[in-house]
Amino acid sequence: MNLEKVVFGFFIVLAATLNFGFFIGEIDQPRHHHVYELFAAIVVNLIATVLKFGDRTQIGAVHLSTSLVADLQLVAAACVWAIAVHVTGEGMSADVTTSVVSLSGGALFANVVSVVLLIAETVMLRR
Amino acid sequence: MNASVFFLALRRMRAPLIVLIVIYAVSTLGLTLIPGIDAEGRPAPPMSFFHAFYFVSYTASTIGFGELPVAFSEAQRMWVTVVIFLSVIGWSYSIISLLSLVQDKGFQQVLLTARFVRQVRQLGEPFYILCGCGETGLLISRALDRDGLRVVGIERNEARLQELELEDFAADVLLLCADAAQPQQLLMAGLQHRSCRGVLAVTDDDAANLAVAIASRLINPRLMVVARVASPAVERNMMSFGTHYVVNHFERFADYLAQAIKSPNWYRLVDLLTGLPGQEVPERHDPPAGDWVVCGYGRFGQAVVRNLERHGVNLTVISPEAQLPIAVEHVVGHGTEAEPLRQAGIATAVGIVAASDNDTNNLSIAMTAKEVNPKLFVVLRQNRVANEVLFDAYDANFTMVPSRIVARECLALITSPLLSHFLQRVRNWPDARAAVVARQLEELCGNRVPLVWGVRLNAAEAPAVHKLLMMEQGAMALGMLRRDPAAHQDFLPLLPLLLVRAGIDHELPAAAMPLEPGDHLLFAGTRAARFAQNLTLDNRNVLDYVLTGHDAPGWLWRLLSRPAQRRQRAPR
Repeated sequence: MNLEKVVFGFFIVLAATLNFGFFIGEIDQPRHHHVYELFAAIVVNLIATVLKFGDRTQIGAVHLSTSLVADLQLVAAACVWAIAVHVTGEGMSADVTTSVVSLSGGALFANVVSVVLLIAETVMLRR
Repeated sequence: MNASVFFLALRRMRAPLIVLIVIYAVSTLGLTLIPGIDAEGRPAPPMSFFHAFYFVSYTASTIGFGELPVAFSEAQRMWVTVVIFLSVIGWSYSIISLLSLVQDKGFQQVLLTARFVRQVRQLGEPFYILCGCGETGLLISRALDRDGLRVVGIERNEARLQELELEDFAADVLLLCADAAQPQQLLMAGLQHRSCRGVLAVTDDDAANLAVAIASRLINPRLMVVARVASPAVERNMMSFGTHYVVNHFERFADYLAQAIKSPNWYRLVDLLTGLPGQEVPERHDPPAGDWVVCGYGRFGQAVVRNLERHGVNLTVISPEAQLPIAVEHVVGHGTEAEPLRQAGIATAVGIVAASDNDTNNLSIAMTAKEVNPKLFVVLRQNRVANEVLFDAYDANFTMVPSRIVARECLALITSPLLSHFLQRVRNWPDARAAVVARQLEELCGNRVPLVWGVRLNAAEAPAVHKLLMMEQGAMALGMLRRDPAAHQDFLPLLPLLLVRAGIDHELPAAAMPLEPGDHLLFAGTRAARFAQNLTLDNRNVLDYVLTGHDAPGWLWRLLSRPAQRRQRAPR
């Protein structure tokens, strides 16, 4: 067993699960989508991205790009949240919640692709 | 930037980046959990994520605006103290990692290699790959640079590379610190580049040169490959797979020595034509005919014996080995002592070749022999360039320096492939004919080594002349190429040596010989003469002036003078 692989897999799956946890629930209900969960998802996603740096294989490159997409979507969601709460003073209205959650939904898709790649890589190695 | 450099940097920066992210996350999270106070000192809810992240951002980067937007509670201050120390540690760790990465030898090598590869790829002009930039490589690159040819050098020894970098070249010589014997490095140096003209394998290691020659022949058969060797076995090996030119300095020098004994003026001509252009004409030494003594029977000694024997020179070999498979007279002993030298008949001999592989011994041999017979003609083998001072001080009649010989041969092959062909033909000349040509060259170039160049009368190399001969069916004699394009009646200091037409050689062609398109010519003369001649070959107006002695009118002048001509014609 390789510790590096354990850490790598852990962060990728954790990024996907946290993202899913934030995403799940009524799309326009602020009570279903806690901001701490979004924070945790962003941090874990960033760490997962850095872990993917420096792999020159084809699959490594796709890994990195999915992670970058997830980061982009999540940071965009955080920006929407910050602007709504602090800049415009609108607060977490149904509209804002919908847009934050749908952005994180996009990130979730990228994270799922990442997990699928991870599984594919593992299966290929098993052979 | 090269992708590999970027990935290497990212890979090395993984740990510091993760540490930074974690520190930021923990700090921000802590601030969003710890309750604060409002302006009146009453407990207030904790900061929101946005405010916490804002605060951490300016604290961690040590900008430090103070406690914004309101004063902190004591619990918040405790946590912020932790945050400050954490962030300082995180940033210093990242910066230290980045600095050590930049200073890392491997990383710098990757950066340098990436730059080298990029520069080679962007080379638009013809260039040669030079494997081995020692003494030989230095001489070659200097001469090629003067001829306006670019050089890409590969050298294993970093100290030698730095020496080369300090040289004052007209164009940058691109250098890579690597082992030329590895094909990968040759590829990086542009082996498959479309402007690459040839590969010169001139390292002092036969095996490396062999590897370079094979790699070049396999990967890019179109290239000219010149390799230096010392061992006859490797030489045969190289010739077997079609290396274009193999320079064996021992063999070459021995051959020159033998030819010089037979025909001194032939050697004089070779010396003039293959010397490094622009330098002082070398002093003239004519090795005398008679009995010769050869001290040492190594690779050089064997080459000398073989070549001198072929010309029927009477020889005695002095060598410590008792059994030698040779037919010539053999004295067992060391040439450094007087007794074996006497036995070998040094008192009546005309010349001695000190051919051992030890410089000190060679000098000792020469001095001992000269004491016995002061009129001896001394030929010295110099093994190491570092001993040049000693050899200069001794001032032998003839010194064999491998690097010089290899450099001269390589340059002659590169700059004018016709030259070696010409020199082959000169071998059959009577001595007197060679003497006349040598004297002519010396007079023309004023005691400087002449430049030798080839010209092909085609659309690329001589557009003006080619157009005249081909399109306009004009006639032109060879002598016109000797005229000065600045003053029609004067002659340029150059001498036509050879004209090759349809596979037939015309040695020393006469001035009246008519030129034909496709002719291949070989000239020797001064550098200035070459440039002047180039003008005649390239520029149609200059060519007209050279042919007629009048300046052809320009387009505007012709237009203006046309009405006048018409008026003149009208009355008729």
